[in-house]
Amino acid sequence: MDDAADHGPRTLLDKIWDRHRILAREDGQDLLFIDRHFIHDVTAPAFEILRARGLKPHAPARTFGTADHYVPTHSRDMSAVNHPERRTMIEALTRDAGEAGIEMFGLGDPRQGIVHVVGPEQGLSLPGMTIVCADSHTSTHGAFGALAFGIGATEVGHVLATQSLWQRKPQWMRVLIEGRLPEGVTAKDVVLALIANIGVAGAAGHAIEYAGSTIAALSMEGRLTICNMTIEAGGRAGVIAPDETTFAYLQGRPHAPQGADWKRAVAQWRGLHSDPGAVFSREVVLDASAIAPMVTWGTTPEDASPIDGRVPDPAAAATAERREAMGRALAYMGLSPGTALEEVAIDRVFIGSCTNGRIEDLRAAAAVVQGRKVAEGVEAWVVPGSGLVRAQAEAEGLDKVFVRAGFEWRFAGCSMCLSTNGDTVAPGERCASTSNRNFVGRQGPGARTHLMSPAMAAAAAVTGRLSDVRRLMAKG
Amino acid sequence: MERFDRLEAVALPIAQVNCDTDQIIPARYLQKPRSDNFGNYLFADSRLGRDGTPSPELPFNQPAYALAKIVVAERNFGCGSSREHAVWALYDYGMRAVIAPSFGDIFASNSLKNGLLPIVLPEDVVTGLIAGLLAYPGASVTVDLPAQTVTLPDGTGHAFTVDPFAKHCLVNGIDELGYTLGLAGEIAAFERSYGS
Repeated sequence: MDDAADHGPRTLLDKIWDRHRILAREDGQDLLFIDRHFIHDVTAPAFEILRARGLKPHAPARTFGTADHYVPTHSRDMSAVNHPERRTMIEALTRDAGEAGIEMFGLGDPRQGIVHVVGPEQGLSLPGMTIVCADSHTSTHGAFGALAFGIGATEVGHVLATQSLWQRKPQWMRVLIEGRLPEGVTAKDVVLALIANIGVAGAAGHAIEYAGSTIAALSMEGRLTICNMTIEAGGRAGVIAPDETTFAYLQGRPHAPQGADWKRAVAQWRGLHSDPGAVFSREVVLDASAIAPMVTWGTTPEDASPIDGRVPDPAAAATAERREAMGRALAYMGLSPGTALEEVAIDRVFIGSCTNGRIEDLRAAAAVVQGRKVAEGVEAWVVPGSGLVRAQAEAEGLDKVFVRAGFEWRFAGCSMCLSTNGDTVAPGERCASTSNRNFVGRQGPGARTHLMSPAMAAAAAVTGRLSDVRRLMAKG
Repeated sequence: MERFDRLEAVALPIAQVNCDTDQIIPARYLQKPRSDNFGNYLFADSRLGRDGTPSPELPFNQPAYALAKIVVAERNFGCGSSREHAVWALYDYGMRAVIAPSFGDIFASNSLKNGLLPIVLPEDVVTGLIAGLLAYPGASVTVDLPAQTVTLPDGTGHAFTVDPFAKHCLVNGIDELGYTLGLAGEIAAFERSYGS
């Protein structure tokens, strides 16, 4: 039972956790009830686990599916999936969801898209929920004040069969971001600056609560971007307490509560915040006014610098281990220490992904592209995060801005973020990308990824090199 | 799940911090059926040089490590994607334990559910062990799960901690799902009180 009188000040995590605890095991793990389970076209192995044991999904009404990893982005036709294994993955999702009675947004459905774009859009991700998916970027949905985290295939099988999961409560870390973001600085720059600050394992073993005036001023899209990349700091979940921005985003969404239920829900959601005096195991404070547009130069998201900086010199690294890692990263990236980041020429541009494939992202990119042309020799793509994002962008005429400038305007999917569908960056090519990981080989073997915001990627597209978007904005 | 008791085996060093799951198994292999031997895809890109032939300097391509069942890696091993395929690739290749100063949270959780034991040892111990394994390729390490100790080639012993329930499952070769299915009554009672 949820008896607040017995507790001292509680964190948002405490509140969500206690509400979902079915039982506690003596080793310190709790069996948590799972409100929402998203599945996609990499979930087939989990259904195999179920079939092998003669089990069926326990709560199909709490489960929703969409095809995102293997769908083509140049066509909406299944016949365009000419790779038999990829085809099998999409067909397996359709069959598994169909057999279990799980609602599914497939290739022909206008609501299809990247699972972390579709869930919020449909009002399926709500404050106070426990949300899981076989995808590490499930942390995205924490932007609504939900406890949302990625799980493996065996855990997906466990959730399908029992609608529950054994978990040890993570440590609770608060990231406090205060102040006004300077012109040209976005949520993506904030989260890259945070990861550069605390490192890719900086939040390991923790869930992060983001708070402060900067977070409060962000749109839902910006908050989703920040929570999305929590996993890149090693934190499995990132959470933002719900507020008026959250409620305004959710009201009227297809799966959000309606009418009297909506009023009741909002009243309950207003209690979803960390109480004054609640204890955090760690706190990090960032000054928003000191953040500049960021770009990565290496092969982990912590290898990020302000765009007006230079490629760092491994010789100046604090430790031998860091020196060695930086040296290896620069060799892979084909960069020399001391080079001005703005001098680095690019071959490809990818605007999309679960990090930055939402309408606000496309608006920001289009504002930079407007009246300009993609630089010669650069191949630039926009891949909307969902069919509905694409439709909204077309209603606003953004597609025309991109196409006139020389961008390819594609269909929704994970696409070139991890290239599972065949959308790859060629070996040695350099890509300005709004995705979340610049790992070795992430966008294809030998591909060189620079992470940045949509406005920065648009700036790179029109100049042909990594560029400070603030300069282009001043001209406009 | 295969039982894990005591293991004495060749240990293979991976001298790299933040080794992510995209490197352990590149995303283009996620479309393979589980019936495949995922060991064939383990470190698929780094095991081969630019020209497609095996890079001889990598421990994975050296005969001394051919029978390795233990990986020794640096900090934050298995960070990144939640793909369980990373664990399957290591397991199918023959690995049964990974020793590192720290792990990606999801990778460690996935490992325990597949018979691959993640062992956290202090950073200085792991750094010394990697240097020793590189100097003496083919050296063996002993992992005793019931006793929760690791014995290094130099004979030193180190205790490690492991989640008691995960240990119980590994030592007895059982999985968590069977245990939870036995709690169906408790789950149903929770669902009745929880509402929609």
